[in-house]
Amino acid sequence: MRRNRLLSFAIGLVALQVLVALLAPWLGFQDPFRQVMVQRIKPPNALNLLGTDQLGRDVLARIVYGYRTSLMTCTASVALALVLGGSIGMIAAYTRGWFDRIVMRLMDVLFAFPILLLAIGVIAIIGPNLWSAALAIAVVYTPIFARLLRGPALVICESEYVLGAKAVGASDARIILTHILPNLVSVILVQTSLLLSAAILVEASLSFLGLGAQPPVPSLGLMLSEGRNFLLLAPWPAIFSGLAILFLSFGFNLLGDALRDTLDPRMRSVAGVRA
Amino acid sequence: MTPKFLLGRLIDLAFVMFGVSILVFLMIRLIPGDAVMIMLGANTEITPDRVAELEHRLGLDLPMPVQYAHWIGGALRGDFGTSIWTGRPVTEEIASAIGPTFELTFLAVLVGAGLSIPIGAFMAQARGRGAEVAVRVGAIAGLTIPSFWLGIVSILFVSKLMPGVSMLGYVPFSEDPLGNLQRMVLPVFALCLPMLANLSRLVRSAMLDALGQDYIRTAKAKGAGRRRVVYRHALRNALIPFVTSVGVSVGYLLGGAIVVEQVFAIPGLGRLVLGAISERNYPLVQATILTVTFAFVLVNFIVDLLYATIDPRVTR
Repeated sequence: MRRNRLLSFAIGLVALQVLVALLAPWLGFQDPFRQVMVQRIKPPNALNLLGTDQLGRDVLARIVYGYRTSLMTCTASVALALVLGGSIGMIAAYTRGWFDRIVMRLMDVLFAFPILLLAIGVIAIIGPNLWSAALAIAVVYTPIFARLLRGPALVICESEYVLGAKAVGASDARIILTHILPNLVSVILVQTSLLLSAAILVEASLSFLGLGAQPPVPSLGLMLSEGRNFLLLAPWPAIFSGLAILFLSFGFNLLGDALRDTLDPRMRSVAGVRA
Repeated sequence: MTPKFLLGRLIDLAFVMFGVSILVFLMIRLIPGDAVMIMLGANTEITPDRVAELEHRLGLDLPMPVQYAHWIGGALRGDFGTSIWTGRPVTEEIASAIGPTFELTFLAVLVGAGLSIPIGAFMAQARGRGAEVAVRVGAIAGLTIPSFWLGIVSILFVSKLMPGVSMLGYVPFSEDPLGNLQRMVLPVFALCLPMLANLSRLVRSAMLDALGQDYIRTAKAKGAGRRRVVYRHALRNALIPFVTSVGVSVGYLLGGAIVVEQVFAIPGLGRLVLGAISERNYPLVQATILTVTFAFVLVNFIVDLLYATIDPRVTR
């Protein structure tokens, strides 16, 4: 009961933020790009609920559109990593043998880099912009998904229904897609939510460092880094954009955490093998 | 720890380091377009002479395996070549920036891991509905607070409350120990909070797990005191997942340090690598990434060995 309430709260928190971001153009926010020179660095007031930034742009509107940027980038990168890493993990677990050994070794090598440093390395190669950041996050998360899914997939591959499916002559693709994948859904849901939470922080860090979103794109990390230059004069853009990053990341992390509890009985038996 | 276990781990270590070095080596060759043109274009006029000279200096005119052998051979001897624009040896530039980053990361690990044990053990005594939810929400909030935001907000607070306190920049410990530590307080706090939140929660749940085990009942039955049961029996077992988690956290801290350095204007590896990227000084980028990653890999190797010492079962 209590767990379900926490889960509902987490779902509500995430849904609220995602919906506002998705529906932003129709919710009557101001234009996040419009610069009103006479309204520069105004503290929160009736016209601009969260104040304005150094170019006279509405901070609330920029935060809402920053949500869009962040969610778009992170969803794309985590989805790409899930498809790539997930396929690698499942195929490695299913085929075992040389493919498993070579590919997972390669994943170990990628996994050996500190996350942010690997992302920075990728961006150093392809140049700093928002989509480089997305690709960098995907590269960083692919080995994580591969490792996370290979363990549980190994257990499922040994199960009687997979052996049975093999015995009646089902094709490899069919076994992976209809027998292994559905049994990994709970693991995937939990980990995707947790990794989205982390990806939001990585994207914000990269944009903060000037390696992700470039001006004038509304981006939470970029707002924070621009707001830092006016910190003592006008702290609100920096404070509110940071809070927005926190709420977004917190929501997804709590969701993953609460999901793990709700799906626990299955997860525990599977997760135990991973270690 | 059996010799066989140690040997296996050493082989893994060698393989991962080899793989990492290959990837870092390939970096400069993966740049779309002509890396040499891009590097020159950012800073000077492009002439055929200059292109040829830089190509030669980077060794790009040799076959790939030869290039790799040259590069890694130099790297192992601590020679990463000279920085393209300053002409200083890359190793020297890294050596001058490594101190602040090392100190920041080391202090963050020390504070984060050190405080998490008493905090986690304390939190393990709070049970029941309210406590569960509070611990969970608190830990997740701590984990997801962006460290750079925390840093900025703490600068704002301190500058309002205690104007005149210097918080930015870096002074070597050897020159001014107090000034050094004073400037480290906020960055270390901002950097270690996520780790502290994560580890405290882990210590708490591991302690709760351990306290429910048979050997705790046995320890209590033979008359061991409460303190002894908690710290000697439960904690030792709670340490096993703790040690692994500290090792993994070091990777996050090394990444986080890059960002926190930027907030507090600390001249460490983060500043070095970001500056190198904007100058297109790829050899410096490569060398920094290789150095930091090797450090991280080594830390995890040591953690693996520690883990095997605490829990002899893993070596079997």
